[in-house]
Amino acid sequence: MEPVLRINNLQVTYYTDAGRARALDGVSLTLNAGEKLGLVGESGSGKSTMALAMMHMIKPPGRIEEGQVIVGDTDLTTLTKEEMLKARLEKITYIPQGAMNSLNPVMRIGAQMVDAIKAHYKSPSKAEMAEMSMDSLESVDLDRSVFKMYPHELSGGMKQRVCIAIGILLKPQVIIADEPTSALDVVTQRQVMETIDRVQETLGAAIILIGHDMGLMAQFVDKVAVMYTGRLMELSTVREMFTNPQHPYAQALISSLPSLDNKGVFQGIPGLAPALLRLPSGCAFHPRCQHTTEICTTMLPRLEQMEGGRMVACHLYTEQV
Amino acid sequence: MPELLEFRNVTKTFFRRGWFTTQPGTTALNNLSLKVNESNSTILTVAGESGSGKTTLAMLLLGFITPTSGQILYRGKDINSLKGAERMIFRREVQAVFQDPFAVFNPFYHVDHLLSVPIKRFKLAHSKKEMREKMFEALSAVGLHPQDILGRFPHQLSGGQRQRINVARALLLRPKILVADEPVSMVDASLRANILEVLSSLKKDYGVTIIYITHDLTTAYHISKSIIVLYRGTVMEAGDVDTVINAPQHPYTRLLIDSIPWPDLNRRWGETEIKAEEAELGENNGGCKFLSRCPFATKKCKTPPPLYLMSDLQAASCYLFDQNAQIESERLSELLPV
Ligand SMILES: Nc1ncnc2c1ncn2[C@@H]1O[C@H](COP(=O)(O)OP(=O)(O)OP(=O)(O)O)[C@@H](O)[C@H]1O
Ligand SMILES: Nc1ncnc2c1ncn2[C@@H]1O[C@H](COP(=O)(O)OP(=O)(O)OP(=O)(O)O)[C@@H](O)[C@H]1O
Ligand code: SF4
Ligand SMILES: [Mg+2]
Ligand SMILES: [Mg+2]
Repeated sequence: MEPVLRINNLQVTYYTDAGRARALDGVSLTLNAGEKLGLVGESGSGKSTMALAMMHMIKPPGRIEEGQVIVGDTDLTTLTKEEMLKARLEKITYIPQGAMNSLNPVMRIGAQMVDAIKAHYKSPSKAEMAEMSMDSLESVDLDRSVFKMYPHELSGGMKQRVCIAIGILLKPQVIIADEPTSALDVVTQRQVMETIDRVQETLGAAIILIGHDMGLMAQFVDKVAVMYTGRLMELSTVREMFTNPQHPYAQALISSLPSLDNKGVFQGIPGLAPALLRLPSGCAFHPRCQHTTEICTTMLPRLEQMEGGRMVACHLYTEQV
Repeated sequence: MPELLEFRNVTKTFFRRGWFTTQPGTTALNNLSLKVNESNSTILTVAGESGSGKTTLAMLLLGFITPTSGQILYRGKDINSLKGAERMIFRREVQAVFQDPFAVFNPFYHVDHLLSVPIKRFKLAHSKKEMREKMFEALSAVGLHPQDILGRFPHQLSGGQRQRINVARALLLRPKILVADEPVSMVDASLRANILEVLSSLKKDYGVTIIYITHDLTTAYHISKSIIVLYRGTVMEAGDVDTVINAPQHPYTRLLIDSIPWPDLNRRWGETEIKAEEAELGENNGGCKFLSRCPFATKKCKTPPPLYLMSDLQAASCYLFDQNAQIESERLSELLPV
């Protein structure tokens, strides 16, 4: 099967007053149509940066330094500004973190959807655009009448659905959803995720779900990618990740999860996530790791393929020369 | 001695003003009575789905909005008539951390500003140096590197970073009551544990009572002692957190608990079907608020059910339990262990 998405060695730097922060450092991965990937990692590990980089939406002081994002057979990194504008929504779409709060409060939902379409087609008729929008609303389980409503007339779950409807207006092949349900309650969350599931099935798209709710990941995705300081630490199937994580950081993450059996135990990961401006030498996780050896402090572990196709970046698993 | 905080039959109704009419609106909170004692600090969860009135409760408690009926007392005095020094004390002793870390920040000010304003306002430091120390201490307590955070603008911080700054800000003031409205919903799992631990130790070490508002029953279970489950402004179930979460009785609480996405591959997500989305339903005035979504509804449910006792520390507002003894809503606090 041809992968629908290929990311090669993507790198992003933020040029801040205090120095250069490498927020995304050489991330590579591939995704097939119909696959669901969960992108997890501590706050500030670069998840949103990765999504923005894939969309070519990194703004100064940030810059994409290197890398390719290939959707189908189009290398997005070679596109002109206008071409990229078209590719967004048509090939790849991004539902940003906090999207539902950024709906324009004084514009009807329909007008906001039509605006999004206009950016892509020169002259579809008004009726045509309205039709497309209402179809899209329907596909996320909203009533067609939502087209005429204002954001304040909708509940959080409905607003989030509207954002998804806008994202999938032009039937993209890759959908990136950045924390789509973190502001919603569990019941609504379940309903929204069921909708995303159905939309994906209809479009046959690949999904990247960004978040930190490991419970949601366990229930929804096929593969999990764990990020730390802008690098991929582990990429494996959801089953492998939850039953037998390999990277010490992934292991710590999994054991920090709450269950009904360990009430009152807050097993966070000891130590602090390092500041991007002062990354530790070698493996960035080494100061917090329980398996650190000499080599971890001096050499950056490469992301290596292990048995069964899972990828891990840790010296514990590299053959020492 | 008066209670530290008391809600007396508090109701809040929002009226919808149309172009020509004022329609009877949403009852966001319905006849809530609650007491918080100063000598027994506790962590109380207020849970419920979107629109259940959790934030309304927080806003009322903070005095940002006034009740439509009923009273909210702080140290025996109505919070909406506090003046001068008493008002300052209330403002300092009751702190909040809000749901949306993207909303509270003024984009034009540094993080420093956010933290220094309360220090100055409540005269918590006597020198620049002391002020800086206080900021460093609070930021470190929530797992941030002060040297990287101070001097930054909000847009240069991630969602989780912003939320921790909010907790740090509340920490600075050493409050008596901390209202935490979804404080960790935008924070990742490992830090979530850290922040919850910070909140827990606030209670333990400084005797702060925490009103933990959330729809996340897993964290509620871990951090709190007691729980109130709201649906459309009305208490559905209340009691000891262990009992309510391990053995939920009200059909609504059961639905909530069934919808938790457990980080466990063998425990699949909600088998119970969800009947319609909340926002799609009209007000069913008069009856049980959960009526239109309840699979067990009968004719009786058209009048509002009282609270029925399951045990000393658990009650549910549902006719399925009408063979049990009742408890008046004014005595809600008796169900909540501290
Ligand atoms: N515009 C910017 N200028 C400078 N630094 C930035 C900017 N945007 C993000 N960063 C930094 O880049 C790093 C990655 O941020 P990013 O928003 O990608 O994290 P994230 O993994 O999405 O976190 P969260 O889970 O909190 O949303 C963080 O250290 C952040 O402070
Ligand atoms: N200022 C207002 N004007 C009109 N209605 C309001 C206002 N504030 C809240 N409401 C309504 O009151 C009800 C309760 O809202 P509230 O914000 O308290 O819910 P919540 O439990 O905090 O929900 P969430 O989990 O989404 O934060 C909702 O139906 C809401 O639409
Ligand atoms: S490379 Fe070393 S320090 Fe890094 S996670 Fe593996 S064992 Fe730990
Ligand atoms: Mg993010
Ligand atoms: Mg709220």
